[in-house]
Amino acid sequence: MADQPLKQTPLNQLEKALGGKMVDFGGWELPVQYSGILEEHEAVRTSAGVFDVSHMGELLVRGPQALELLQRNTCNDVSKLEDGRIHYNGLLYPTAGFVDDILIYRTAVDDYCVVVNASNTDKDFEWLLDNAKGLDVKVENVSADVAQLALQGPRSEAILQPMTDVPLAPMKYYRFAKGNVDGVPAHVSRTGYTGEDGFEVYVDPEHAPRIMQKMIDAGAKPCGLGARDTLRLEAKMALYGNDIDHTTTPIEADLSWIVKSDKGDYNGRDVIEREKKEGPRRKLAGFEMIDRGIARHGYPIVDGKEEIGVVTSGTMSPSLKKMIGLAYLPLDKTALGTEFLVLIRGKETRARVVQTPFYKRAK
Amino acid sequence: MTPEDSRYSKSHEYIHMEGGVGTVGITDYAQKELGDVVFVELPQPGTVLDAGDELGSIESVKAVSELFSPVGGEVVEINERLTEKPELVNTDPYGDGWLIKLRVADPTEIDELLMTAEEYDEYVETESH
Repeated sequence: MADQPLKQTPLNQLEKALGGKMVDFGGWELPVQYSGILEEHEAVRTSAGVFDVSHMGELLVRGPQALELLQRNTCNDVSKLEDGRIHYNGLLYPTAGFVDDILIYRTAVDDYCVVVNASNTDKDFEWLLDNAKGLDVKVENVSADVAQLALQGPRSEAILQPMTDVPLAPMKYYRFAKGNVDGVPAHVSRTGYTGEDGFEVYVDPEHAPRIMQKMIDAGAKPCGLGARDTLRLEAKMALYGNDIDHTTTPIEADLSWIVKSDKGDYNGRDVIEREKKEGPRRKLAGFEMIDRGIARHGYPIVDGKEEIGVVTSGTMSPSLKKMIGLAYLPLDKTALGTEFLVLIRGKETRARVVQTPFYKRAK
Repeated sequence: MTPEDSRYSKSHEYIHMEGGVGTVGITDYAQKELGDVVFVELPQPGTVLDAGDELGSIESVKAVSELFSPVGGEVVEINERLTEKPELVNTDPYGDGWLIKLRVADPTEIDELLMTAEEYDEYVETESH
């Protein structure tokens, strides 16, 4: 793996020219930051920032049984989607563990676009292909043909509207439309991974650098993966590979809002229904540090000599100026205010369960 | 510019000697590599360290890095201002962003173990390519 050249997005050259500090992110060369994580984070909370998320995968699921394929493999109710709407969903194994967490865009009842995590694209594609056998449905991986920009922050609408014929003001959260952006065909959705208002623009790779540059010229700050991580964590949005993976269920991950019991059978349903009834053995909870220190991914949570849980994400929250994080804890330790001990490089450090999301934007 | 009146370790700490006491911090290159510093953990005054001993840790938003003592000695003072303003490490690494003051046990270690500013600049040049 180490010898393979890093994959580059269509924005790679522009990012380097903008002073991006490039890192290896799951095999992709992407900027972790430009001017600084704190500054970029602040820009998204108070103004606007633009992220290159072209590494994300896009899978098209089309055909008379497209809905059936998606319904069988996910826990949210895809039949409730309407044209032009999007929802967050879990692509699940029969064990109820996550293949991936995904967004599903419905163009028509027989035409969906599934947006997936970059590092899971091939796995998700194979999974859907395997499960499509015997169904009248076509699954296509169009990831390489699509560039994706995330314009995030309260000024996003003001920056994007002059560049597009899609009316943005009436567009509600988790809706999308087809139109032009800077004169070329694009899909625009009111979505994001920051807890802030904003849009994601899907466009032909050839035009992406020009569009990103225009967003920057109009006042959006170029932002890297570092700020993307602090922003999403404050909004308690899960990160696959950190907070959720093939061993965690939606109930354990505190994502019961994407589990719809009345949708019929799907992968993992029996496990999920049992956990809903009896309670999961562990649950993802938000915490803040009482003692000084940052509890990071993988740090153990201890009770005496026993390891009772694990930190999945942790950072200094730039918006709250507190050390925050997410952790899997035994169910009886997840009540608000419960104190527990994290081992930070061998030192027992106190933390307490708090309400999430840590940050919620003013409406 | 790397100050010529200090000496440098391969782990990117500097020490600036005045009498028998050295001020220890991290270099401008190191603070840039780390990014925004949000938390610094330092030893208690009175702690005795050998050259290369871990003297604490420094955390940026993204990652944690260990700090190592460039030479042996006793910690006589720590920079208390960093508790409230860890960003001083970024904004003024050779000045207000210092970490500890160390009473150096064996001054010959400074020449033996550490690099001059010129040597350090060359070292960073080769390391970053």
